[in-house]
Amino acid sequence: MLQIALTILIYLILVIPVGVYVYHVAAGKHTFADPVLNRVDGAMYKICGINPQSSMNWKKYAVSLVVTNGVMMLLGYAVLRIQSVGLFNPNGIGSMEESLSFNTVISFITNTNLQHYSGESGLSYLSQMLVIIFMMFVSAASGYAACVAFIRGLAGKTKDNVGNFFADLIRITTRVLLPFSIAGGLLLVWQGVPQNFSGNVVVDTIEGAKQVIAMGPVAALEIIKHFGTNGGGFLGANSATPIENPTILTNLLELYAMMLLPGACVIVFGKMVRDRKGELAHASVPDGSGAAAFNMKAPRSLTVWMYGREGRSIFAAMGILFLIGLGICFWAESQGNPALAHIGLSQSMGSMEGKEVRFGVAQSSLFTTVTTSFTTGTVNNMHDTLTPLGGMIPMLHMMLNVVFGGKGVGLMNMITYAILAVFICGLMIGRTPEYLGKKIEGREMKLAALCIIIHPLLILAFSALAVCTQAGLAGITNPGYHGLSQVLYEFASAAANNGSGFEGLADNTLFWNITTGIVMFFGRYLSMVLQLAIAGSLMKKRFVSESAGTLHTDTVSFAVILVFVVYIFAALTFFPVLALGPVSEHLTLWA
Amino acid sequence: MKESLKAALHGMRQIIGVTVILMLVCGLVFPCLLTGLSALIFPRQAGGNLLTIDGQTVGAEYVGQEFTEDYYMWSRPSAYHYNVYLEDADGKRYYHDGTEFPGIGSGSNNYAATNPALSQRVEADIEAFLAKNPTVKREDIPTDLLTASGSGLDPHISPASAEIQIPRIAEASGLTEAEIRDIVTANTQGKMLGVFGEETVNVLKVNIEIAQRMGIL
Repeated sequence: MLQIALTILIYLILVIPVGVYVYHVAAGKHTFADPVLNRVDGAMYKICGINPQSSMNWKKYAVSLVVTNGVMMLLGYAVLRIQSVGLFNPNGIGSMEESLSFNTVISFITNTNLQHYSGESGLSYLSQMLVIIFMMFVSAASGYAACVAFIRGLAGKTKDNVGNFFADLIRITTRVLLPFSIAGGLLLVWQGVPQNFSGNVVVDTIEGAKQVIAMGPVAALEIIKHFGTNGGGFLGANSATPIENPTILTNLLELYAMMLLPGACVIVFGKMVRDRKGELAHASVPDGSGAAAFNMKAPRSLTVWMYGREGRSIFAAMGILFLIGLGICFWAESQGNPALAHIGLSQSMGSMEGKEVRFGVAQSSLFTTVTTSFTTGTVNNMHDTLTPLGGMIPMLHMMLNVVFGGKGVGLMNMITYAILAVFICGLMIGRTPEYLGKKIEGREMKLAALCIIIHPLLILAFSALAVCTQAGLAGITNPGYHGLSQVLYEFASAAANNGSGFEGLADNTLFWNITTGIVMFFGRYLSMVLQLAIAGSLMKKRFVSESAGTLHTDTVSFAVILVFVVYIFAALTFFPVLALGPVSEHLTLWA
Repeated sequence: MKESLKAALHGMRQIIGVTVILMLVCGLVFPCLLTGLSALIFPRQAGGNLLTIDGQTVGAEYVGQEFTEDYYMWSRPSAYHYNVYLEDADGKRYYHDGTEFPGIGSGSNNYAATNPALSQRVEADIEAFLAKNPTVKREDIPTDLLTASGSGLDPHISPASAEIQIPRIAEASGLTEAEIRDIVTANTQGKMLGVFGEETVNVLKVNIEIAQRMGIL
């Protein structure tokens, strides 16, 4: 318990400076690394013919993002298909088959990292680097770019300029992801994560047998896998393996790596929106007393200074959802497995099947909740072996897809819910709903509703398809209610672009490769484009001045309302299917 | 018309340029740079923390191994038998239990808590363990020792799981219980800062010391 609380406390301290730094990068403000990185960026702009000052409207930005991701996908597909060439391939891995390659490139460019292959036997080092590591950087940067554009739209400084996609993509990569990854990667190697280009080592054990030990550029992949909230492991068992995650310190490093940037995103949002409010306040109160009052008010609250007014309520709502989930998961895992207690195996350490001794139940349930809340998808224990309720939490958090969420998109989803929340509240108090000083009208509501409906539609419709067809059913490997959970988890993970799995599912088949490929693609780009459209539509509107009837969205009560709205929508859409899966399994297990 | 074509071409140039340059920087320069730096600063770790005795590599510090002899400490069950295999004269590779070794892998059986196969496996393991450790009572077997890890490569067991194996090891190896207990203590890692993680015993390192004391290594 104590270690979980301390881990989170340290996170809350670390996220502030990172948030401030990312805000400086996103807003194009001065940072300490500018003298060096300006030249690097400049050279890249020159080679690619990019003018970083040229503006894009939301449509152009969205098209650039989707087409660029498409080109990256094609190139990645080509590399996977020819990976058997001798370059960086000491283990002699063969080329990847078509449907699996299709699934893999979509999986990695959409930041999902669902893996239907096993890293040890499925990828050469060349593919691990040129496809996997490359896509881990650019998919994270793309998500972040979309989010920054979205925030620029909401902050509404101009009527149609949301920034330049290419400049955002490069700046985020060179100023945030690369430097963090080099420093973090070295820390991982220091703790014992391998980083080399040699082939797997075969040793003679002291019992006279042989053991084969995996090698490769593990640390490089490992660090961006977490910083970019990607989640695809170098090896089949991902961060549960002591090769990717050998010590408790690497476990904490990996935890923080995946939590920092999504949290920082909320701070960026808070600060960018505050910018405008600050300027507005100064502009609208020219007399000294008003400005003084504003200045007096600003430093009063520490949390406002840290997260920004609007960012604070969003961060609080996400935090509440996260802590509730974490509590349930930790409790469920600590209870152990009654089926094993029944045959006489002590369950005093909790449910240890599928968990590592060095992490135990506490760090395992924390990692599980974090990886699905921040939609990373890396695992340090096997989720398929979690207790029913312990496994329901990761599933639920992917279904919500708003608990911090992956690089940028989690914030965008949460704002969509915030728009919904002000709309519902507006109806109740009989006022025109407003958010961030803009009226929420028909067009925004339609887009937001569409956005919120896509996610459950993808999960539920494809799950239904899977359990109706022989090809889908063939993948299920656990009997009873848990079989449905395996299917649900897979599609929830694909739609939320998470990438973890109930790994028992035999998913490297044509059916699963194609269906999850489609779900990942739409889950990523449809909602992203719709959300950019919302921002594009909001930025055209005038700011409305605050009145007595304005619903304040920077309060604790709004955070609580937001939590309820999220839970109510989740209950309406997912409760029936959760009742058939994990809840039924729990009831039979404890009966 | 001409203008729009020009704009489209310019757009394509940016897209392809950005793709290629990021692929090279992120996918090639970054991992190579990290490999170089690691090899310079942390050569042992970068090379996989291999454990070498008298010039012979016997394993890696952070990768568990399967042990079957009574005088060695046993690891947790593993769906992949820790990638430990035997090779017969005609090159056929198989696990200790006789099943075929399919090549390097990692993971668990992925048995759900309700899966009867899980209870069957644990039941069989308990019986086998009790037969080899007659002094141990069924309810004293710690949870971690007979549940499979997530990776199938877990290098550790809990101190409790080490403790209950000591009588068996002492009898089979001829070392005293106190000697073995010292070896275990020397290879036990506490919690980080006394708070984070769990207490762990590194099985491979314990067994190397046992072998050295017995004079068979």
